[in-house]
Amino acid sequence: MSVNPDWYLGLSVVLFSIGALGVLIRRNVLVMFMCIELMLNAANLAFVTFARMLDDIGGQVLVFFVLVVAAAEVVVGLGIVVAMFRRRATATADDLHLMKG
Amino acid sequence: MSPLTVLASVAPAIRTPHVDYLSILPMLIMMGGALTLMVASSVLRKVLDRGAGTTVAVVTSAAALVAALFQWDHVSTHGPSVTIAGAIAYDGFAVFIQITVATAMLLTALVGDGYLRREGIAGPEFHVLAMMSASGAMLMGAANDLIVIFLGLEILSIALYVLAAFNHRRAESGEAALKYFILGGFSSAIFVSGIAFTYGATGSSNLPQIADYLSRNVVVSNGVLLAGLALLLVGFGFKIAAVPFHMWSPDVYQGSPSPITGFMAAIAKVGAFAALLRVFVSTFGTLRTDWQPIIWVLAVLSLVVGAVVALLQNDVKRMMAYSSINHAGFILLGVQAATARGVSAALYYLFAYTFLVIGSFAVITVMAHGGDEGHTIGDYRGLARQQPVLAFVFALLLLAQAGVPFTTGFLAKFGVVGAVVATHGYALAVIAMVTAAVAAFFYLRVVVTMYSPVGPSGDTTDPTDWSPTSGASETDPAHPTGGAAGVGYLARDRSHRDTGFSTDLAENEGPAALQVLSDAPPSESVAGRAVSVPPLTWVALGLCTVFTVVFGIVPGPVLDFAHQATLLFT
Repeated sequence: MSVNPDWYLGLSVVLFSIGALGVLIRRNVLVMFMCIELMLNAANLAFVTFARMLDDIGGQVLVFFVLVVAAAEVVVGLGIVVAMFRRRATATADDLHLMKG
Repeated sequence: MSPLTVLASVAPAIRTPHVDYLSILPMLIMMGGALTLMVASSVLRKVLDRGAGTTVAVVTSAAALVAALFQWDHVSTHGPSVTIAGAIAYDGFAVFIQITVATAMLLTALVGDGYLRREGIAGPEFHVLAMMSASGAMLMGAANDLIVIFLGLEILSIALYVLAAFNHRRAESGEAALKYFILGGFSSAIFVSGIAFTYGATGSSNLPQIADYLSRNVVVSNGVLLAGLALLLVGFGFKIAAVPFHMWSPDVYQGSPSPITGFMAAIAKVGAFAALLRVFVSTFGTLRTDWQPIIWVLAVLSLVVGAVVALLQNDVKRMMAYSSINHAGFILLGVQAATARGVSAALYYLFAYTFLVIGSFAVITVMAHGGDEGHTIGDYRGLARQQPVLAFVFALLLLAQAGVPFTTGFLAKFGVVGAVVATHGYALAVIAMVTAAVAAFFYLRVVVTMYSPVGPSGDTTDPTDWSPTSGASETDPAHPTGGAAGVGYLARDRSHRDTGFSTDLAENEGPAALQVLSDAPPSESVAGRAVSVPPLTWVALGLCTVFTVVFGIVPGPVLDFAHQATLLFT
């Protein structure tokens, strides 16, 4: 059985949209992080699919760069959340209201 | 023989790309300095004193600057080239960005030293992170491949997220970091998707190869390519804080430690604009009819929203955030023109803006009292009497940002507007000049406040303030200078966020200092509060002022420099 690569691209777009929507509507910071990760992985899926379609190894290599960067980003992000959590004991975006204007 | 060695002997040798180390020398120096400082601080038993961190940062930035000047010499004689398998461009444009970023880092290290001492923050992490961030901006300037741009963007941003949270005694600092992180991560994910789609449409992530593909194939309404282009543009839009992707910037600018805000405003813009110019003007130049209208809209929105909303701000840091959005609109003019003249004008603007914004935030840094509070415009009243030189320098830097003649700010604005007029973008040029006039109002408002005497009976309300909540009465006169503020933060009532809480003042004033002081008399003015400027901050301010004035009166050298950098664009 063979699957048309277009389906993978479609899945990637769907995942990306779910992630983007999640960042915009969810209020829990950790869930927002997960949604960002979902968006990055949707991009990774697109890279791999395009690499397959183009028969080019380059696209698959790019995925590693994105994975490494995503891991580094999460480390820093969780550090910031923990620092906030110590102060507030909640991790929702609604608590981020010290600055307005 | 182990299986691995057998395998290694059978497999063909891996050919590594040729690396021209001079082409990445400033970045290597910046990263090397950061790593050395970090390792030294972990290996040494005692905590490094602040002077050591500052010294290493200053020496490293100066070394990177010298290396970049050597690069300039090399590029001028040998012409532009690419290296490391085409991933890095070694051209005048890249070198110009290296020089700008190294200068920004040098100035920030000088300003940051006084800040760290005042806030009592020990350890060299401030400089380590700043240097890492600077190396990311340098990489963005030299990147010749979309994925390398992404790496540079992330090295720049991840370090900046941490720096935004650096003053852990201020709740605003952490909040700024979290907002910056979430929106930064969001924009990075959009940017990566843009790279994926561009790769899918053109078969490469390498910029010259993409340009080659586009020049050999007639791309008519290729949905995947246009989607990639749009996503890339959104990703860049977030980083340069162009309206409508600017939501994060006022909060992040306000919450971050002041020297970091100046640094962030300078190098994030320099890095992102460098990549934007290279990707759009150089690589996607053949598709300019597709992206120019979008840039036009972004530029107009940034110019108008930045200038108008800044008028309504009472917090100087927020005002500067909107002012920087306005500046982003001006630089977008150079992108919109998409000509060599536009690129050179944008480069000049970035270089001039680096000095202006870091200098301005240096003044804002020293004006804050302990805990990095007190940034309302009213807090600047009477500064001219107490610190005439500081007030004069700040007035000069603000007027330069407004575009007053005989400063670099004027030439920068003149350059981008001229570039747009040359491509017949008259409407855009008129809008830009109108917003420049509007922007002059809020810069002058700060200047007038500084030169207004403190009124009778300590009246320090902002003389130019027309909003109903005038005056800075919320500011706490017995301001905390940091200290064991953890208790205070936990006990803090949200509604009293501006009042601060004095935990370490308890020694001097007894338990009364712990009470919430929202009903305190109007904040003391500058006249009642000693504003002290550390010597290194004076050095940084001196450099910014001298650059702004000297090259405003004698514009030739820097304009030629930016022009040459554009000519040596691959």
